[in-house]
Amino acid sequence: MNGVHDMGGMHGLGAIEPEQHEPVFHEPWEARVFAMVRAMGAWGKWNIDASRFQREQIPAAEYLRMSYYEKWLTGLCELMVAQGLVTSSELETGKAAAGVPKSAPALPADKVPVLVSKGSPSNRTTSATPRFTIGQPVRARNMNPLGHTRLPRYARGRPGVIDRVHGVFVFPDTNALFQGENPQHLYSVKFAARELWGGSADTRDHVYSAISADYVYIDLWESYLEP
Amino acid sequence: MSSTEPAPHDPDGHDDAHGHGHPHAPHHGHAHQKVPSDLALRVAALESLLTEKGLVDPAALDALVDTYEHQVGPRNGAKVVARAWKDPAYKARLLSDATRAIAELGFGGMQGEHMVAVENTPNVHNLVVCTLCSCYPYTVLGLPPVWYKSAPYRSRAVIDPRGVLREFGLELAPETEIRVWDSTAEIRYLVLPQQPVGTDHLDEEQLAALVTRDAMIGVARL
Repeated sequence: MNGVHDMGGMHGLGAIEPEQHEPVFHEPWEARVFAMVRAMGAWGKWNIDASRFQREQIPAAEYLRMSYYEKWLTGLCELMVAQGLVTSSELETGKAAAGVPKSAPALPADKVPVLVSKGSPSNRTTSATPRFTIGQPVRARNMNPLGHTRLPRYARGRPGVIDRVHGVFVFPDTNALFQGENPQHLYSVKFAARELWGGSADTRDHVYSAISADYVYIDLWESYLEP
Repeated sequence: MSSTEPAPHDPDGHDDAHGHGHPHAPHHGHAHQKVPSDLALRVAALESLLTEKGLVDPAALDALVDTYEHQVGPRNGAKVVARAWKDPAYKARLLSDATRAIAELGFGGMQGEHMVAVENTPNVHNLVVCTLCSCYPYTVLGLPPVWYKSAPYRSRAVIDPRGVLREFGLELAPETEIRVWDSTAEIRYLVLPQQPVGTDHLDEEQLAALVTRDAMIGVARL
């Protein structure tokens, strides 16, 4: 979806504000949200792409206003209700509905080290040969899906060159919608900044002029690309 | 539960429209009244509900928090970088299969399942961003800083990398090639900074102490 999360190239979003000696979490509740998102993910009721898509559907003005872990909290609640792990009324009252048997946590404490050290790889094996080869010119498709995609708007329709072939990976666009992993070849595609942003010799300071020594590399799935 | 609070009033006129993870962090300690306490209450209520239903184990949550507060962080990445500086064969392995080379030092797993290391040279500078969300190599850098996840960085790193670097105090020559890596897939990127001149005599541990998180994201040079 052409949401506000797809920010590459936008202007007017303010100054970058690095913080000296920044703590990992600024408030205890942020740490609990982080951990609950990981622990609830262990139920296997959704996947990382569905989780991202859920956060992308936060209304744009709210998305910009919310702090990072508030977005995570919102996405988690929506996913849990949608997947039937909790009900809206349980979230409102803070009490478990009567008569529902208590579950055993999908992620007990002794399984945390395994979750952290193994992760969940998203590469897959397939016999399909890659359609594109290193050095080959390609163009990112011009597409505007309503669902989830990892092809950023700023690259759509732009020419680039295959720089690396990463292997075969779960395809987020279908996985996010629970329509299957449909693994595809994934490439790192090299785009000249001038192809993305223009490169006029105009030096008026209100016109951004990309420098010819600048490149952006974007990881793109095979179906995002055309020869 | 999924409803949202109104934005807290901010007398500094410094709102959170930047996607800042925590609006008042720099003023911590004298601004507690500005923290949306109902958010903290909501999260506590949610944890209590999920625990009551047997959906989460609070001890598992503690263990996850402890892992990323105390065990996994940029010191991991610094060890990888120092090893690469000291051992050319390791560096070659890191640049050809970073996931495997990083695993040699015992680091791997969540949000580091598929790693690529990109090397800075006198003529090339690498910078890592995730324009679409907040993808970041946990296994070598820990959890991302707020600015990395914020709208200003995500929006500008790809269109104005030199301006972004300037804000971090790094002015690159116009002929220096900049490679910005937008982490749109499950590949996570680690920048291998250049070893500072005059440090060849240091041992690996001393070298690791020179390596900063920002240099491994690419917003600083050493």
